[in-house]
Amino acid sequence: MQKRNDGGASFAATTPMQPGSAKPDPILIADQITRQFGGLTAVNVDHLEIQRGSITALIGPNGAGKTTFFNLLTGYDAPNSGTWSFNGLPLNGIPPHKVARLGMVRTFQLTKALYRLTVIENMALGARGQKGESVLKSVFPWIWRAQEAEIRIKATSILKNFKLLEKQDDFAAALSGGQRKLLEMARALMVEPEMVMLDEPMAGVNPALKQSLLEHIKELRTEGKTVLFVEHDMDMVHEISDWVIVMAQGEIIAEGTPASVMGNQQVIEAYLGAHHDLDLSEKEGA
Amino acid sequence: MDFLFIIQQTLGATIGVNTIIFALAAIGLNMHFGYTGLLNFGQAGFLAIGAYSVAVPVISFGVPLWVAFIIGIGNSILFALLLGVPTLRLRADYLAIVTIAAAEIVRQIARSATFNEWLGGSDGITGKFGKDFFDLNPFKEGLETPILRFNANDLWVVITGWILVAIIIFVMWLMVNSPWGRLMRAIREDEDAVRSLGKNVYLYKMQSLIIGGVIGSIGGFVYALSRQSVQPDNYGTALTFFAYTVLILGGAARVFSPIVGAMIFWFLIVFIEQVLREAVTNNVIPDWLIGVNQVGQIRFMLMGIGLMCLMIFRPQGIFGDKKELALDAKA
Repeated sequence: MQKRNDGGASFAATTPMQPGSAKPDPILIADQITRQFGGLTAVNVDHLEIQRGSITALIGPNGAGKTTFFNLLTGYDAPNSGTWSFNGLPLNGIPPHKVARLGMVRTFQLTKALYRLTVIENMALGARGQKGESVLKSVFPWIWRAQEAEIRIKATSILKNFKLLEKQDDFAAALSGGQRKLLEMARALMVEPEMVMLDEPMAGVNPALKQSLLEHIKELRTEGKTVLFVEHDMDMVHEISDWVIVMAQGEIIAEGTPASVMGNQQVIEAYLGAHHDLDLSEKEGA
Repeated sequence: MDFLFIIQQTLGATIGVNTIIFALAAIGLNMHFGYTGLLNFGQAGFLAIGAYSVAVPVISFGVPLWVAFIIGIGNSILFALLLGVPTLRLRADYLAIVTIAAAEIVRQIARSATFNEWLGGSDGITGKFGKDFFDLNPFKEGLETPILRFNANDLWVVITGWILVAIIIFVMWLMVNSPWGRLMRAIREDEDAVRSLGKNVYLYKMQSLIIGGVIGSIGGFVYALSRQSVQPDNYGTALTFFAYTVLILGGAARVFSPIVGAMIFWFLIVFIEQVLREAVTNNVIPDWLIGVNQVGQIRFMLMGIGLMCLMIFRPQGIFGDKKELALDAKA
């Protein structure tokens, strides 16, 4: 594991590596969250805590309920039962936009760049407390012009960091898939979140961009933000996460440092099946 | 053939009352559909509410006209809330279904025998409810030039109507070029993304529905006043779809497109009709091919062909940006 200079990451050494383990300073706590679709239980999480200031990966095979769990936490879907809180504030029944305002901002698995808005417009949209977004004030440009200029300055500095500055006047639809992922993440930062929830930030991103995305995510931790991300790319999980949570069939089956989780027998079984190391042909031949 | 008459009729229609009415209806739709992505198929309902709100209070309850205008705006806000509260939290399709039904409900209520006493049933309301407005008319005589003619009342309606359109367009231009307008376009692209940035999408969609609806109902004011009568069947679904035609002709999500769209729409309808009529009556087109009574239908056929050509060769409308249209919103 690489060296870090913030306090958030050191928790990994002292936290027990078992599902639902308590963290020293949790920013997000979830209890007894279940979500059923008809007869299928998509999510059934007993207890989960996310350490403040850490990068936590949420992994699991396809259909494990990771994205559904994300949707529940961010208010895009309502659970059948359970409670969860962010910074001590209960989030039950809180609509998505209010969750975002509280400081928990998400991105989407299928990138939601706003295609017929330019890149800079996408960015500016994310800024909080815009006077010009009030319907009455919108017709008096002098009320919001100064604030808009500040927003643009902030947006350009983030875009520059994400190497999208030269694209700022292009429609978002003109960006490549990887650039859209970058834009979505950059846009989320405009909201000044405390916690960033990234749903498969690496899907469809080419290796060169991947490296810069990784750097951006690490930078978020340096700034003291908490990151929770869903990912299939194990290299990435290994490289940047302080803590890994493994879901399978809606439940959390393991937690721990990346190294410990990848050696966990249950995790290997969840991904590859219980009898993955048996030679099938041998069996058939017998 | 009397070419001067054709020009006079066509020019009169191009900048006339109907153009103003359709432009206002389409400006409202532009707010809904062009900028916010709301599929409102019930714009005719907003016009009907505007029209009846002007006529009924004045005729049946003796309210002054300016109070009737305020009632009309209030009613259209109520109608927008009624449509929006249950549907704007749902997917876009639900709004489309509910609005098309609601506009028909408005029309059917207006023409029902039950409310005959106040709303005039299927005959509608005819009377001098616009007296307060026409009393202000400074023109004692109409406009009489070889190529353009309006009688005194029409001239007054046309001039005030265009001033009204100009004011509305200007305010709308300010709005759509503000952060508020950006937010609206963002909602059109992807609501969930906008929610994830901490914006109350529901509230903004409601604002759009109300603003577009009020503009539509102002179109209804003009419709009622210009004719001094309100006929329920003028506010059928055809009106909504003509308004969409106007909007798409001009190009959605462009501030000026409803005006240009409405002008082209009425220019074509009247021009085609007048040319055909003149040609048929002067036997330029033989009787066995097109009779005088068929002109009315044929102009719509030709209009339809024209629109098809537009969609094929210029799908983005007059003002639209083809590059922008080519970007698949769901790519």
